[in-house]
Amino acid sequence: MDSDPFDLVNIIAEWLRNLLLSWNLSADLIDVILTFIGAAVVATMVFMVFIFQIWFERKAAARFQDRIGPNRVGPWGLFQPIADALKMITKEDTMPRNADKVIYNLAPILAVFSVLMMWAVIPFTKNWIGTDLNIGVLYIAAAGSFGILAILMAGWSSNNKYSLLGAFRGVAQLISYEIPLFLSLLVPVFLARSMGVNDIVKAQDGMWFILFVPLAFVIYLISSLAEVGRSPFDLLEAESEIVAGYHVEYSGMKFGLFQAGEWLHAFTFGALAAILFFGGWQGPFVDQYPSLGLVYFLAKTMIFYFITIWSRLTFPRVRIDQIMSLNWKFLVPLSLLMLMGIPIVDYFFKASPWRWAALLAFNLVLGLLALEYARRGVKRGRRPRVKFEPRPVAVPPKDDEAAA
Amino acid sequence: MTPIQVLFLISSALVLVGALMVVTRRNLVHAAFYLVLTLFGVAVLFVLLDAGFLAAVQVVVYIGAIAILLIIGVMVTRNVTGAEVKTVNKNFWLAIVIALMVFSSIFLALNQWSQFNAPPAAASTEVLADTVINLGVAFVDANQFFIPFIVVSILLLGALIGAIVIAWPRKASEE
Repeated sequence: MDSDPFDLVNIIAEWLRNLLLSWNLSADLIDVILTFIGAAVVATMVFMVFIFQIWFERKAAARFQDRIGPNRVGPWGLFQPIADALKMITKEDTMPRNADKVIYNLAPILAVFSVLMMWAVIPFTKNWIGTDLNIGVLYIAAAGSFGILAILMAGWSSNNKYSLLGAFRGVAQLISYEIPLFLSLLVPVFLARSMGVNDIVKAQDGMWFILFVPLAFVIYLISSLAEVGRSPFDLLEAESEIVAGYHVEYSGMKFGLFQAGEWLHAFTFGALAAILFFGGWQGPFVDQYPSLGLVYFLAKTMIFYFITIWSRLTFPRVRIDQIMSLNWKFLVPLSLLMLMGIPIVDYFFKASPWRWAALLAFNLVLGLLALEYARRGVKRGRRPRVKFEPRPVAVPPKDDEAAA
Repeated sequence: MTPIQVLFLISSALVLVGALMVVTRRNLVHAAFYLVLTLFGVAVLFVLLDAGFLAAVQVVVYIGAIAILLIIGVMVTRNVTGAEVKTVNKNFWLAIVIALMVFSSIFLALNQWSQFNAPPAAASTEVLADTVINLGVAFVDANQFFIPFIVVSILLLGALIGAIVIAWPRKASEE
């Protein structure tokens, strides 16, 4: 790692440390200062991703809908997000008169904070990681729980019945889908024998976990889509039922922060998919040049971010009761069975070279059985069609009525 | 003063102020959000004690569950806020006396412990990295905490099934 000439982050950090040491600061204080600088740099970089996301998502959505998309500001409309951001910042910042002011203003900040917190443990390359916690996956779960709190704060403090209903519905959806999400996160943790995010990536040297446990990845993908609250699971927003959901009273940059939180959440879950199932920064030549891992990591992340956009623009949205029954009657039991089965299969094939094949076979069999079960359930649950005679819409008045 | 001490003072202040606000606010939702602040301060204290696992569990379990507490609080309480919301009842003084007694007994007991004022022994990083592994091993080792762990798991399973049974629609009474 010390022979890599492109390891800019650690070179700069070392230079800063020596600079501060030459100013006769204590080693403890330098650690604190460098940690703060590192946190600010990571958070700002991730927040900058949002600006790119605006352009990417608008352009991708346009192509899906057979349009061209932003093309006026800059080459290929690349400067469009800057115009969008300026519009967002200069918009009037309104607040309902009876809103709970402190909580109302705190909620959008917390929404972004919960996403940015996750990036503290995400390894960009082998050596570029905010802090290599040995409980990394649990930490990500903990950071996510602040996002739910932000939604509830926004919904309650707006003093609006629609936003409160939207927040209740959003919280119900999010905490329901946290269960299959975290259960599927436990599978890579089990295979890597570590909760540290970087250890999970290192354990995928040579073979990605997607080849062992595709079922866990599918469950992760579905529940992460629901966790982000994007179509087909964008029940947080339902114009005909609860207006715009929990953020109906927010305007200007405060709404922008909620949007940033949601979009960065999608990006972060893409990064997590890349790390947990597709080997993160692993790729050819990373042993010689660890910084090359950044390219692999970002490429994999973008692929999964694109999949979120793809599903958002392709699938029709579902109803809230369908979302809930998909989760509680299908995904939760399935992920529990998977989490029970994988260690048992792994125990019997621990030393065998066919460990991956056994795990893969178990995953495929369980997945097919679950699909068959779901197909039968759908058949059984299909509602009988109501039969009625066709009747004319406008009935001509009877003669005696017309006479009277 | 080292940065760790500053962090300790800030997080302890968060815990104390938050806890005081929880019991004095007339607004139920504000009280719940102050509880979040308090529990977050406790999580920071766990981190300062090198118990990262406990800190993360604290945030997942308590702060995650506060959202549910809030929803239940808003839905089942008649007055979420207002002057008629009571924060004290007539057992107020008794509670203060008991709290003071508990605090003073803990304080006295800790004060008599010879190690209380000793500087903390610097734990080596290898030991710290293994705490999660040790915790996990302790739960499945028959000589350590296997039996209590299983008992608690069965208790939780019982509570889960009980909740389902209570929520189950009673077909007989409907007819």
